[in-house]
Order: sequence, then C-alpha cells, then structure tokens
Amino acid sequence: MAKQMPDMEEYQYGFRDEHKAVFQSGKGLTPEIVRTISEMKGEPEWMLNFRLKSLEQFYKMSMPTWGGDMDELDFNDIQYYVKPSERQGKTWEEVPEEIKATFDKLGIPEAEQKFLAGVSAQYESEVVYHSMQADLEAQGVIFTDTDTALREHPEILKEYFATVVPAADNKFAALNSAVWSGGSFIYVPKGVKCEIPLQAYFRINSENMGQFERTLIIADEGSFVHYVEGCTAPVYSTNSLHSAVVEIIVKKDARVRYTTIQNWAPNIYNLVTKRAVAEENATMEWVDGNIGSKLTMKYPAVILKGRGAKGMVLSIAVAGKGQHQDAGAKMIHLAPDTTSTIVSKSISKHGGKVTYRGLASFGRNAEGAKANIKCDTLILDNLSTSDTIPYNEIFNDNVTLEHEATVSKVSEDQLFYLMSRGLSEAEATQMIVMGFIEPFTKELPMEYAVEMNRLIKFEMEGSIG
Amino acid sequence: MSNLFEIKGLKSEIEGKEILKGFDLTIKAGEVHAIMGPNGTGKSTLASSIMGHPKYEVTEGQVFLNGEDVLEMGVDERALAGLFLAMQYPSEITGVTNADFLRSAINARRGEGNEISLIKFVRQMEGKMKELEMNPEFMHRYLNEGFSGGEKKRNEILQMMLLEPKLVILDEIDSGLDIDALKIVAAGVNAMRSEERSFLIITHYQRLLNYIKPDHVHVMMQGRIVRSGGPELAERLEAEGYEWIKEELGIVDETVGQA
Repeated sequence: MAKQMPDMEEYQYGFRDEHKAVFQSGKGLTPEIVRTISEMKGEPEWMLNFRLKSLEQFYKMSMPTWGGDMDELDFNDIQYYVKPSERQGKTWEEVPEEIKATFDKLGIPEAEQKFLAGVSAQYESEVVYHSMQADLEAQGVIFTDTDTALREHPEILKEYFATVVPAADNKFAALNSAVWSGGSFIYVPKGVKCEIPLQAYFRINSENMGQFERTLIIADEGSFVHYVEGCTAPVYSTNSLHSAVVEIIVKKDARVRYTTIQNWAPNIYNLVTKRAVAEENATMEWVDGNIGSKLTMKYPAVILKGRGAKGMVLSIAVAGKGQHQDAGAKMIHLAPDTTSTIVSKSISKHGGKVTYRGLASFGRNAEGAKANIKCDTLILDNLSTSDTIPYNEIFNDNVTLEHEATVSKVSEDQLFYLMSRGLSEAEATQMIVMGFIEPFTKELPMEYAVEMNRLIKFEMEGSIG
Repeated sequence: MSNLFEIKGLKSEIEGKEILKGFDLTIKAGEVHAIMGPNGTGKSTLASSIMGHPKYEVTEGQVFLNGEDVLEMGVDERALAGLFLAMQYPSEITGVTNADFLRSAINARRGEGNEISLIKFVRQMEGKMKELEMNPEFMHRYLNEGFSGGEKKRNEILQMMLLEPKLVILDEIDSGLDIDALKIVAAGVNAMRSEERSFLIITHYQRLLNYIKPDHVHVMMQGRIVRSGGPELAERLEAEGYEWIKEELGIVDETVGQA
C-alpha cells in the first residue's frame, strides 16, 4: 500500500523548483553507492576507506530503542547522494538560475547584503554557492564546504575529522560517515576573533533524498567564531531523512557559538549528532531551535575536557500535529571547575509531543564542576504532551547540579488580560508564546530573531479554536 | 447628556453560583460613578462580567456601550469598542516588555497599515509614565513581572491613559497604594476625565473618592445596587460604615449566596 501523506498543517516553504540534478544515486544503500559517491568527489583513499568501514558499522549497529518512533523510516527507500550541478558557483551570478530562484524565495541575497560574512548554502547534497568576505580570508580563516576542505586542506581535515563523533558513536553517525556530503568546514587560527557571524543556509530539495551534511569547526587557541545555520525544507509526500554530524573543537581560551534554526517540513526525520570538545577555559555555546519535522532527535553535547571549560545549550522545540521533538543536551564534565548551563524551552500544540532528554555527567576529575539545567514547557491545548527525562551520572562528590523543570499552559487569566486590551485571542497567544521563548530569541542575530518571530507567528496561526 | 453605558438586569454566575442578581445601572457620558460595598457583595464579579472573563457566565441581562450590546462581543471586541478594566490583580507575562505589549494594544485599535510610529509611541509612553512618576525602566520591564502591588496599579493607569477608552472600570485601584501613590493614580484618572469619557470606580473605601470626585455613589449588597446617592453617601459610609443601610433594608448578611 502506498504511504499516506502525513496530515500536514500548511507549510510556508513548501515550494519546489524544477531543478534537475546532474547525478542521483538511486534508492538504497550498498558499498557500490558509497564507492561511487567517493569516486565522483575524487576523494583520497583514506576517506573512501573511512566511508566503507562506517558503512559496515551502520549495518552492524541496531536502531536506538529509545526516543521517537522510527518504524516508518525505511533505509532502502532513501536516495543517498544527489549532485546538483557539476561545479560550484563562486559568485552569485554563476549560480544556476533555478537554484537562485529557490534562494530568492528564502531571501538569501538580501540577507547577504546586510549581514553576511560568508554564505555557504547547501542545496541538496553539495554546496553550490559560497562566498567569504575578504577580511576573514586575510585573517587566515577558512570557511568552505567540507568537500572542498578535503581537497584543499586535507591535513587539517584529516587531523580532526571524526575525532569528536566517531563513526561507531551511533547508527546515524555511522550512516552519515558512510555517505556524508557537504556541510561547512571552518578553521579559525589562533587569536582570531570573527566579528561577524558566518552563515550557511540548508535546504533539502529532492524527494526521498537524505541529507547527510558533515560540519567540522576548529577554533584554535584564543579565537572566536559564531556560526549560524538556518534550514527550511519543502513539503514531500514520503518521508525524508536528515542526518547530520557536527563536530567542533574549541581549543584553549577559544569560544564558539553555533546557532541553528531548523524549520523542517512535517515529514522529515531529523536525526542529528552534534558534539563539541571544549579545552581549558574554552567556551562552547549551542543555540538550537527546532521547529517542525516528523521526528527530531537531537542532543547537542559539550565534552568539557579542560579545566574551567564552559558549555551552554539554549534550545527551543516546537511540536505540532503528528510531530515529536525529542531533544535536549548533554554536558560531560571531565575536568575541574567546568561549568555548564542548559536552558530548554518546549512548546507543544495540536497533539504534538515534546520530550526533553538530557544528560549531566561528572567524571572523577570534575572537582568543583557545576551544572545548571532549566527545562520549561508550554502546552497549548489538551491534546499535546510533554516529558522530561534527565539522566545524571556523578562520579565526584564535590560537584553542583541544579535542575529545574516547569510545565505550564497558556493561562485563562493571561489571555483575558491581554485580550481586555484589544488583542485577539491569536495575538494574545502569540504574545505569550513569544514571551516564553524570548530567552532564546534574544540570543539570535537580529535577522534571525525576526525570522524566528515570523516562523513562530506562522506556527501559531490556526492554533486557536 | 446621552446614556453612554447601560447595564440592565445583569445576572452572572461563577461555577454555577449566582453572584450578580439583577444589576441595573445607567452612566451618562462624562459621569463618574462609584460602587461601594463590603467584601463579597459582587463588585469584582460585576467588573469581570462586563469585560467578559471566561470564568463568569452571564445568564441574564444586557450591557450597552453607546447602544451596542457588549455581551455579544468577544473580550477583545469589547476593548476595541471602548471598554477598559483596570484590574485588581493584573496578570504577569514573562518575556513581553511593557512597551511591546502597549504598542501592540495601540496598534490593535489603529489597524493594519496605520500603525503608530515607534518614535511617536515612545514619546507618548514616556510622557505618560512621567505623569505617573514611573521609573522609565518600566518601559522595558516584562509586563507586570516582579512589579509591586502599587507599580502594577500605576501600570494599569498607564495603559488606560495610552488606550484612551470610553468607559473605564477601576476595580479596587486603591488597594495596596500608599497615600502618595494614591494621589498620583487619582491625578492620572482626573486628567482623563472628559465630556465623552465615563468612569465606574469600584472601591471599599471612601478614601479614593477624596481625590476622584464621583457624580454618583452606589452601594452594592447581595449582588445588586441597594442604595444610590451623591458624594455625601460615600462620606456617610466612611463615617458610619454599612450597618445603617443593612438595618434600613432589613439585610442580615450582605454577601451573595444568602438571598
């Protein structure tokens, strides 16, 4: 029987363009497909071997027995590689027209003019457009797609690739390791502070196509970078898989902030492994917004490896009808005086389900470490649900762990108050929701805060009566 | 003067218990009416029922503002029609600044394409806050969050001043105010008095009426008005309490539910 189209709420970015890919791998996953991908990319031997070993891992590993329902996810029904065009555009003019039209609809050129330091927009599996401001280049910052990095900076890539998230970490990391394509590569040299955020836009655009981007960021000692990534995906009738791996190395005294807003169509499985290692006095901040998708399982992690390292995860998750956001964070305290903060905000509506799943781990050496976790859930109707599942591992007596969780509903009195000043029920609800996620939006670059507010507004329309 | 606001035979209940038992009142344009009465006589229920709080169910009666039946309207429509209720216990909304909230409320009245400019709004808000001797930081504080009782009351009056309603209901606006704050709030209300705007002031105490002179004073017991008069009625209540009215009317228990 044909799969049923999931019952979707209207999806704003549900347009498709007519772009014909140059190469499509066909459905299913075999060593031959992996070889073909590697060959087409002209990769070195070690990467091909890494992919093939990862594929074996993938075959061997079982599906997670926790988290969300993945019964409808069929690995044989997914296309693992789509190459959109033969070459990569260096300037906007060189980018193929149809692809440009898609980006136009997303407003990228306009955004670029205003704020962008560099744009690297992922279209299907390859990065097709990438530009970078001259001053960043002059500072020795490398910002490119990961495929290009493999060709042009093989020694840096090889040194760090898969060191934070090994292929055997989990089944989806293994899958990504076998078939990865695209993603961003950033290297910031010692002491260099990137003043303007580096940005990439992602978009899935081929039916049944998995997107397996691989991002690697290395912030050398005393450096700073803010990487921003926003995703939108068009509507498709069968399930799509997005399974990325993000690895970040934050060296001594460096700071990295990684901001994501993902707005997936309601049929996407979004299964992502994001992990950072923070060395001595380094700071890693994940700012992670998850809207839509059929199922998201994502737990940005920071391994606090050096003394005094700091980790932060600030996340929001919005689940609507038929959607499950199983999201959270992991903080692994391995060194003394490490501190971590997790602020998780979840909203469920129209029968959506949100789960906070988090880990706070303190190793034997985590003397004086502190973790503060705050999970707030806002439930908009009686059909929707939320769960909080915190895991704690403590192997040192001298640590501080604070956990606070609240679940609230939009209160009748609050709605009445706002409406008594002339706001409609929808406007009043929206205002309460915006207020609820304000700790998140205020951390976003301005254009993203505007976008975020627009998305939330859009999500909330029709939430009433 | 025309009848700006009319309440006819209003009955209202909460969780099945009838609180208002046939309330009648007519307010002409420009008038200030005070409703006084002991606790539990239905004063706040009157305010909430007029504004349309979902906990209260109106079972009978009509309420007209400029001839329009407001009971047919949603809460927001009542506000847009010109009703304003300064609440006894205003809600706190985290993450929403006072300024953002008020600007949205003003724009809800102005409609799309006719939004107030940010600069004009900020000037207006700053001006009114100065009149109410509010610290300018309250502009950017989250709506009522962490406000003291007195600060919340001032913030209610601030909203009234900026939204310029036709009929203002002040529900126990004097509770929790010290004498200086009371004077400031009263001055704010007096500044808003005009030929077109009317006030319904609900209070326990005569004290507030020293600063806001009412045209009419009504005493509420058992869910309806039992005595009406001029400002002298309030003064007598202040001096003698409510017992004499109860005696005159043969009321043993003035609260509702004891018909």
